[in-house]
Amino acid sequence: MLLDQALPVSEARGQLVLHPARDQVIDVVSQLRHEGFVMCADVCGVDYLDYTGERVLPDGVSAERFEVVYGLIDHANRRRVRLRVQVPEDDATVPSIFLIHPGTSALEREVYDMFGVVFEGHPDLTRILMPDDWDGHPLRKDFSVGRIPVQFKQDTSAR
Amino acid sequence: MAVAEPEAMQQALDRLTSGEAVLSLSETEAEAAEGFDEAGETMIMNMGPQHPSTHGVLRLVLELRGETVLRTKPVIGYLHTGMEKTGEQLTYLQGPTNVTRMDYASPLFNELVFSLATEMLLGIEVPERATWIRMLMCEVNRIASHLLFMATNGMDLGAVSMMLYGWREREETLRFLEKVTGLRMNHNYIRPGGVAADLPDGWRDDLLRLLELIPPRLEEYDVLMTGQPIWRERLQGVGVISAEEALALGTTGPILRSTGYAWDLRRDLPYLAYDELEFDVVVGTYGDCFDRYAIRLNEIRESIRMLVQLADRMPGGDYRIQDKKVTPPPRGRIDESMEALIHHFKIFTEGFKVPEGEVYAAVESPRGELGCYIVSDGSATPYRMHIRAPSFVNLQTLPYLMQDSLIADAVAIISSVDPIMGEVDR
Repeated sequence: MLLDQALPVSEARGQLVLHPARDQVIDVVSQLRHEGFVMCADVCGVDYLDYTGERVLPDGVSAERFEVVYGLIDHANRRRVRLRVQVPEDDATVPSIFLIHPGTSALEREVYDMFGVVFEGHPDLTRILMPDDWDGHPLRKDFSVGRIPVQFKQDTSAR
Repeated sequence: MAVAEPEAMQQALDRLTSGEAVLSLSETEAEAAEGFDEAGETMIMNMGPQHPSTHGVLRLVLELRGETVLRTKPVIGYLHTGMEKTGEQLTYLQGPTNVTRMDYASPLFNELVFSLATEMLLGIEVPERATWIRMLMCEVNRIASHLLFMATNGMDLGAVSMMLYGWREREETLRFLEKVTGLRMNHNYIRPGGVAADLPDGWRDDLLRLLELIPPRLEEYDVLMTGQPIWRERLQGVGVISAEEALALGTTGPILRSTGYAWDLRRDLPYLAYDELEFDVVVGTYGDCFDRYAIRLNEIRESIRMLVQLADRMPGGDYRIQDKKVTPPPRGRIDESMEALIHHFKIFTEGFKVPEGEVYAAVESPRGELGCYIVSDGSATPYRMHIRAPSFVNLQTLPYLMQDSLIADAVAIISSVDPIMGEVDR
């Protein structure tokens, strides 16, 4: 059993998933590091705005619009664990785990850039893939692919 | 695998979180700050995005004192085309055509990881032959990718003849890939359910010819570079990183292994049928540019060793799963059966539905852990498709590798990280 505190647990196709609350993230991640999960391989965001399926979450976890997903890996025992953290739309913030896993710096910046989720305590939370002055967060479901304005509309040739 | 010492780990964390090596300037600030500071001691220099040694369009903002690099910031995004967003519009069968364009030097790995994630969601298992064909193709692709590294690394460091040799050998491996898949790159060969086509007639002879051709060429590289005092002087002790720092930065692949930390998903969390093959995980000792070069060179040899076993033991059977849900009917059936025609049409227009759920799959690409996280809402397109790109994470080592080194070594260091910008920016 992982951790001394009981966290909501689920299983996805045989993969272990924990569901900590936002304010538990730092605690859980640093405890897991002491238990051998020495590397945070992945951080990514998911926007569940248009999700048509039924969101199955364990008891005690209420579904929110955004989710930040962490992938941790334990090299010595050769196992992985995933953390899925619910992030509400009206207060899209999550504590940054930069101080525990500095390698999440770029990954957190990407989630911020693409979803607008703010990582509190991140040393340099700026856009990473989109230009600095970009408007909106492209991977949000309400950011449609057709919304990019046409750039050369002055062209008057008869085509 | 050396277990990280707590004190050393803490030391590494202190260095990485102090911000002493990373320059915190936004893109626009970096442009405005270019040139000397007020005291005239340090200067900000923008290197790239158009620079021959940046392997595409990587831009580095460097803070220099004289010729010494103090702090660095990699600026990326110049190749960002929203491929994860595009992935949400494409069906699972179209998905490989999209992801294969991310890491264009090792496209088959992208297709593989996407297919593995989709298959996990579907709960299907591909036939043994398909699994072995996938391993075979990926190892040939790994050789091609490492040869590309050999070529560009040589070119970056002034060994221009190496560029020609590396390209020459890579072309031979690409010829094999082309014969099997029809394309030199961006193959769309590995698909959910198996592979696109069986190995062509005479594949074994072609492969064995390739495997005979390459080892003597590697010996030539050894003469040309590995044993060369100039080459060693240029790389040894340059761009050093410790195992603890590499772990904390999430670094994988040859960069992590160059520190002596033996972690390779093929051996440690085996996928496909890698547990049935005999091979060694190549590790370095010093974590410098030379170790990263030597690891890639020797990984080519390990891949050749695996390919000999793969050619020997290639099992018979089908090259894709015979599951009507995901597999289109054979071409011959379409001419004689209306149902087969409809079935074919539906699979390629509507695609197949994938049960709800979320899953993460990972493979060892030539650059490290390549992961794919897919969330499915039960429709025929992924609800969310995220690629954990090894180059993207590995790029974060640059400021620490470059700190206090000479600007002339920056080129060697970028080259030794072997970033593929298509994958970094996606």
